[in-house]
Amino acid sequence: MVNPKGITASLYVTCIVDQLYPQVGVSVVNVLRKLGVHVEFPVDQSCCGQPLFNSGYVSQARELALRVIESFKDSEYIVVPSGSCAAMFREFYPGLFESDPKLHKLAQDFSKKVYEFSEFLVEVLNVNQVKSSSDGLHTFHTSCHMLRELGVKNQPLSLLEGVQGIQTVDLPHRDVCCGFGGTFSVKYPHISEAMLSDKVDNVLSTSCDILVSCDMSCLMNIGGALTRNKSEIKVKHLAEILDEESS
Amino acid sequence: MAEIKTKNFLASSQMAIKDPQLRQALEKVGTGFDGARREAIEEISEAKWEEWRLKAREIKEHTIENLDYYLDMLYTNVTKAGGHVHFARDDNEANAIVSKLVEANNIQIATKSKSMVSEELGLNGVLESLGVDVYETDLGEYIIQLAGETPSHLVAPALHKTKGQVASLFQDKLGIPYNEDIEAMAKTAREILRDKFLNADLGISGANFLVAETGSLVIITNEGNGRLCTSAPRIHIGITGMEKVIPSLEDLATFLRLLPRSATGQRLTSYVSIVTGPRRVTDEDGPEQFHLIIVDNGRSKMLADPKLREALYCIRCGACLNICPVYQKVGGHAYGWVYPGPIGSIVTPNLTVLQNAKDLPFASSLCGACREACPIKINIPRMLLNLREELVQPNSNANSTSKFSEDIAAKSYTKLMKHPGILKLGTMILTGLQKPFLKGGVISSVPIPPLSIWTRSRDLPKLPDKTFHQIWKDSLKDNQDNNG
Repeated sequence: MVNPKGITASLYVTCIVDQLYPQVGVSVVNVLRKLGVHVEFPVDQSCCGQPLFNSGYVSQARELALRVIESFKDSEYIVVPSGSCAAMFREFYPGLFESDPKLHKLAQDFSKKVYEFSEFLVEVLNVNQVKSSSDGLHTFHTSCHMLRELGVKNQPLSLLEGVQGIQTVDLPHRDVCCGFGGTFSVKYPHISEAMLSDKVDNVLSTSCDILVSCDMSCLMNIGGALTRNKSEIKVKHLAEILDEESS
Repeated sequence: MAEIKTKNFLASSQMAIKDPQLRQALEKVGTGFDGARREAIEEISEAKWEEWRLKAREIKEHTIENLDYYLDMLYTNVTKAGGHVHFARDDNEANAIVSKLVEANNIQIATKSKSMVSEELGLNGVLESLGVDVYETDLGEYIIQLAGETPSHLVAPALHKTKGQVASLFQDKLGIPYNEDIEAMAKTAREILRDKFLNADLGISGANFLVAETGSLVIITNEGNGRLCTSAPRIHIGITGMEKVIPSLEDLATFLRLLPRSATGQRLTSYVSIVTGPRRVTDEDGPEQFHLIIVDNGRSKMLADPKLREALYCIRCGACLNICPVYQKVGGHAYGWVYPGPIGSIVTPNLTVLQNAKDLPFASSLCGACREACPIKINIPRMLLNLREELVQPNSNANSTSKFSEDIAAKSYTKLMKHPGILKLGTMILTGLQKPFLKGGVISSVPIPPLSIWTRSRDLPKLPDKTFHQIWKDSLKDNQDNNG
């Protein structure tokens, strides 16, 4: 297939996918290529700085932000398989440099190029269905930053609905936080665990086979509790489902 | 000032989560209040709701930016209506003004309608020390006054109590038979309070709004107690924060649409009382004196800070509490002062001492549900981040061993992320080291914090053999042209 749009997308893979779930990054690349997008991967990329920023260490976050902006300076589109990291880029990077007009402009230009994975497919590529097939009952967890910072709500759901051979079921209280919240999960573990426990109960109530989301941090949290509870439910990033083609 | 227990957040929240009765009581927050709010919005449509929110925010922005002007207008119009305005810089000044009025007018019995600012001031204690019998007349407030407790919610002060607990309390304090029937309990309280309303010489109220153009104090209630407190006794003292002023009655209309829907899902509360000055010659009833005490108590500090100013837009509807997954778990008392929940985590540190309330800005997953629910679109998560930044400043007084180690962790993390070589080496070492901890493809227990905290209730995924960086370099990069 030729690349009709001639689009080149630069992948920001996120720390958690790079270090813990590299197969998600591979799926993102596969899906984008399947759609005819040329994929680049700037290897100098680092953490987006969100863990520092959310902990109050703003000047340290700024150091990492500059590094990321530099790594992607030639990119046309930046695709991020995480609503949370994408929100850091788009909603918070410009604010980091408010006092420096030159850097502020750089950060603004950078942030305008950033898209969360499902958002990129639907809004930029105008793709509502990716040729893919799988099986089993799937349910979707909406991650907080993707929904409330980026305003990405229905895009991943419509993409999931388009996968051949699967069934979907609504997750009750889909948009309630899973309790991860980065360092919150270890600073206030009792609260985080109580929130997680509700999320797990809701997931279990669906009797699904697969829990899908667009943030591996939520899925690490919920998935970690599911395996601890000896549940058979698997967690997958949306890109992994869209990458599947059972023949 | 009300006792400040913000330092105990960690311990109090741990206890709260383990308390089965609190769990039960808190269940009604999400499904009850927040559910009703969503239905009320659905009824009038999202678009209409958004329009009202924007209008309300615009009014608040304008008023807070011109607060001096509107407070001056309010002062003029309250005075014109025959009332007295007192400005109190802090709790001591406010309490002294009330004390002076109590002594000058030989007050014996006071009835109170709900006022969070009076909680802030610790006013009941001051009145009692002057020998005044004080009766809270909002049912929820009455319950917690009987129990010797403080409110745990902005709108429903006794929300932390189950009906069984209230029945026991009534049995114990009022000497009536145990009866869990809510209507019967409300009837008992009404009968007792009716007598107090008739005999009180002082009525104290808060204010939901102050209308500058008419000099009016507005309270909305569902029990009618506010109306009795402000009309039956011979003196009425209204106490509220300086941010409660709005320009006009027309502006009030916007807020009367937003507040009840956001708080309880009601289109309108049962009572809306607009009080302007004391009784006029032609009035059949009403107080002989009307005093309005406008309290600063730290608010001007927030007004001066452009990053925190919008916290003064709050109309205390409680919607952010009801939707907050943290509040739903720990309840209001864990927050340690008068204002709980997401908005409390901004207001409390600023009206008390930030360094003693450092858990409040951090005890949030930053999920943003509060901002979404707020009828004034207050950006609570953003302000939590601002407070976090302030707390980790090198010159912050919040120095402690945990801050010291967090500082080191933040610096090391930044270094590590800026040097991919070291990161790669670290990952390789950890991938090797994880082997003894692997069980069934996951890591169930790691003896080192913070991972040990994580693994006490969840597994960690196995570190893969190759990072994405390596996979890209080894096989993915060169496949570009074979694919697509």
